[in-house]
Amino acid sequence: METQSYMPVPPGVGMEENFLSLDDILLSHERLPCRTESAFPRLGFLEKSSDNRDIPEGTKMEMPLWLAKGLYERTRRVLSVELPKVYREGWRTVFSADPTVVDLHKMGPYYYGLGSQLLHFHNPENAEIAQTVLQTFIGRFRRTMDSAQNAYNEDTSALVEPLDSLERVLFKVGQNGLNAFQRWEMGRASHLTASSLVVNYRKRKITDLQA
Amino acid sequence: MFCEKAIELIRELQRMGDGQLPAFNEDGIRQVLEEMKALYQQNQSDVNEAKTEGRNELIPTIKFRHCCLFRNQRCIAAYLYDRLLRIRALRWEYGSVLPTAIRFHMCAEELEWFNQYKKSLATYMRSLGGEEGLDITQDVKPPKSLYIEVRCLKDHGEFEIDDGTIILLKKNSQHFLPRWKCEQLIRQGVLEHVVS
Repeated sequence: METQSYMPVPPGVGMEENFLSLDDILLSHERLPCRTESAFPRLGFLEKSSDNRDIPEGTKMEMPLWLAKGLYERTRRVLSVELPKVYREGWRTVFSADPTVVDLHKMGPYYYGLGSQLLHFHNPENAEIAQTVLQTFIGRFRRTMDSAQNAYNEDTSALVEPLDSLERVLFKVGQNGLNAFQRWEMGRASHLTASSLVVNYRKRKITDLQA
Repeated sequence: MFCEKAIELIRELQRMGDGQLPAFNEDGIRQVLEEMKALYQQNQSDVNEAKTEGRNELIPTIKFRHCCLFRNQRCIAAYLYDRLLRIRALRWEYGSVLPTAIRFHMCAEELEWFNQYKKSLATYMRSLGGEEGLDITQDVKPPKSLYIEVRCLKDHGEFEIDDGTIILLKKNSQHFLPRWKCEQLIRQGVLEHVVS
């Protein structure tokens, strides 16, 4: 088994984010459709569509998740967050019919992560959203695991393409396990190898020199 | 929107998912810190205005800028921390001497951190296993034999083994050497473990 020396901070579980996780930071960069419930004086320059000095109350704009989470208050005096298309009734029915056919990467690469984070905004449909996200994961997991455990020594890009980022991580873990097992079966488990970090670094240096 | 430069730093690291260390983006950090300074100053003046003139409608704006400050702080902290995790991995993969090319990618403080980490690791290893200590960076895979057959992948000069014999490591030469001497060099890609 290729030992892992670089152990990045993993993403948080469920509705929690890990402060130092690169994945969570990129996840919270995703934009959500929002509506301002109060005015934001002197920030008009952020709203490129108008030349207003302030952002008036009732403006519809897209805000990154981190900003929406920071500004949101339960009383909704500052901001209200709308649901992105994928989490609304229409798409929820699609997911409950057959979750495996949807290209989750296209529908926003962080379907599960963003879905979990949306639960912070006290939407009346939260219970349904949570159920749908969970059932979608359960419905798709079997296929992800199957393909990860059986795609040996082949180009997996077609398999990986419609997967959301969480599923991609799981796929990679499955592939690592499969490769390690195959190596063990062939008696190569005790074969000492160059560190993959070193090999990749050398490959990059050569391409840098050629560039 | 604010914090665009900060997320670029994060993307830079995310692009190298395998743990490689990109060059230290000193310019990027400087720009983020400048944005933070500007946000902080604007907020300070707005807070004073809100307090002295009772202009409470400025509060959402102050909160907005505060979120941006916090976001920038988070991105910088994560950027620096992830780099340290990569540098730590370098000690385990490359050994205690890093190639100059990699050293150029680290800033002075990171080099200092690496030296301190090396020392801590060495102190810890010395404290294990009785008198001589235990090198835990060895035997990452359970050993099957004391001696192994290795082939040299590139010229590495002379190499001395425990009984005093000097071996010349020339490209493509094969040797039968003690495992514990070769492990480091195999990991660094200088030697190749030959299995028949």
